[in-house]
This record gives sequence, structure tokens and C-alpha cells, in this order.
Amino acid sequence: MTAIRSLVSPRLDVKSLPQAISESIVRVVESDPPMIYVIPDRLVEVCRSLKETVGLEFDYLIDVTSADYLDQLEVVYHLHSVPRGHALTLKVELDREEASVPSVTGIWRGADFQEREVYDLMGITFTGHPNLKRILLYDEFVGHPLRKDFALPKEDISSQIG
Amino acid sequence: MKQNTEEQSKSENLASNGLVVRLGERQLVSVPDEALSPADEAIYNNIVVSTLNAVYNWGRRNSLWPVGMGLACCAIEFIGTQASRYDLARFGSEAVRPSPRQSDLMIVSGTVTKKMAPVLRRIYDQMAEPRYVIAMGACACSGGPFVGSYNVVMGVDEILPVDVYVPGCPPRPEALIEGIMAMQRKIDKQRVLLQYVRGDK
Repeated sequence: MTAIRSLVSPRLDVKSLPQAISESIVRVVESDPPMIYVIPDRLVEVCRSLKETVGLEFDYLIDVTSADYLDQLEVVYHLHSVPRGHALTLKVELDREEASVPSVTGIWRGADFQEREVYDLMGITFTGHPNLKRILLYDEFVGHPLRKDFALPKEDISSQIG
Repeated sequence: MKQNTEEQSKSENLASNGLVVRLGERQLVSVPDEALSPADEAIYNNIVVSTLNAVYNWGRRNSLWPVGMGLACCAIEFIGTQASRYDLARFGSEAVRPSPRQSDLMIVSGTVTKKMAPVLRRIYDQMAEPRYVIAMGACACSGGPFVGSYNVVMGVDEILPVDVYVPGCPPRPEALIEGIMAMQRKIDKQRVLLQYVRGDK
């Protein structure tokens, strides 16, 4: 029985988050793990309290990724706590034209390459990142190919098919 | 008729002494003179008459050392081909080198991205001639499933000359072995002297 119980991750109660975090939350989505939308400007403070508050202890950033919803962009952070076993999905909504969000490399060092990948493919700028340049594509590449409005130049397509 | 049988028995005798040498498609028989001195006979026994093409191509085709160029999932299939089950050593191609200087065959096994293309070309340029290229799998042949992609080269033949194309996604080890055998057949048809006289490739 103990073995089975240890496989089920404890669930984080979003309502019990400290005020420093809850006042920066835009909205909460009930899911498993729970999902919170955060004001972009407050991201670093929220992440620092999520990592350092006793009882939360989100010491592990699983990944940083992004999505294009045409009217806006989203950056997604999947967090996990090794000592507590619970998880949290953290999102920020961004304007398509001026997509910029503070970097969390100062909190989780592992965000470095992940944020570079999001910058490379989705064109989201991470302010305060120590080395923000393309990571997958070559430096001469123009555009950010995972944006929905990205299109190959016509001559490229015709040369590929012909 | 009598002469023929005499020669036949003579060549059989020589064959049993290890003097009949097969190179390429030709059977060559060296027949020492009856009245040779022991020293002359020793020289005679160590002379093989053949053509330059046969000797050169025989050596080239049976020790094709590939440079390790595993770019994607096809590389796993190539590793399987090289390992004990399919035993590429039977065709003399099992010695995959980490250096282009030591290899004469490039098996491009996988997707060639635009970022990797200049590296690939540089490694090819560093290989000593004669050098050969096998494009393994759909991606290396034509870009495969990545048509319309922003970062994939539509076939490795856009950046370097390819000798043999092995289709498949990925090709089975049998298919790759057939590709290497096709490469060997192609090498067998090379004419060495013409290559030097006329500068043919």
C-alpha cells in the first residue's frame, strides 16, 4: 500500500499560495497539475517565492516552452518539487508584437538553453538572459519558424518541390 | 589436343602449389620454364600477371572504410548493419573511422539540416581521394518527409556528389548492404589509368 501511495503525486492547493504569489496571479485553471497565469512583469518575484517558500520548494524547472494562439503568445513553465513531490504549470500571456518576458535563469540555471530555444523558434525576448542568441538554427536565419504566421520564401518552396 | 591436356595437367599441378591466382573475373596462370635456375624459379613463383585496374579496384572495393556520419535514426540501422548480426566485416566496411583522413567512404545516414550542411561538406573535403558517398535513407536521398521544411537540405546531393542512393525510412541493414555492394560494383568498373591520363573522376 505504501508503495502505491508513493506513486501518486501530492496535489498542490493553489488557494493556499502565499499572498506574494496570489496577488500576481491573473487567473487559475483547475487541472492536474494546477495551472496559474501570472503577470509577466512579476514573473521573477513569483518564481523566486515558488522556489524559496517553505512548503512549496519548486526546485526543479522541468521545461520552458511556448505556444502561439494568434492573438497572443504564451510562455509555459513546468515546475516540480523534488522534496514535496507536487507540480505546477505556470504561464504568462504576451503581446505578439512586443513579446518580452523576464528571464528566470537567475532562479533556475537550467532555464538558459530552454529560453534560448523559445527565443530562437518563437521570437520571444527574455530580458536579463546572459547569452540570448539562436541555439538550434543557424545565425543567418531570418524569422522565427514556430510562429503561426511564419512562411517560407516562395522560391525556397518551389526549389524544394522542383 | 595432346598439348592441351599437357597444359591442363601442368596448370592443375601449379594450382595445387598455390600458383593460380584469381583476381577480378580473370583466372591467371603462371607457368615456369622447365629449365629455370632455382633463383629464377623463385622469382617466377612470385610474379602475378594481371591488369592494373583489377588489382587497384580489388583493393579499393574490399576495404571501404566509412567515416562516421550518423545524423539521425538511420545511424541506428547503420550501427546494426555494422554489428555482429549483419556483420559488415564480410564486405570489408566495418572499420568506421572518427577521422575523414582515414576513410574513403561517407555513408550519410540521416537528415541533413542546413546547419549541419557546411560541416558535412567540410568533412567530405577533408577525405583523401578516391572517396565515395552513399546517401542512406529518404532524408539523405531527397529530404524525405521534410519537404517544405525551413531547416532541412533536400537531399545530400545538393552539397556533395553521391554515388549510391539507398532508399527507405530507414533502410533495413540488408538494403544498406546491397547499397555497399552496388558501391563495390561501381568501383570495379573504374579505369585507373584513364583516370590519371584524362583526369576523370
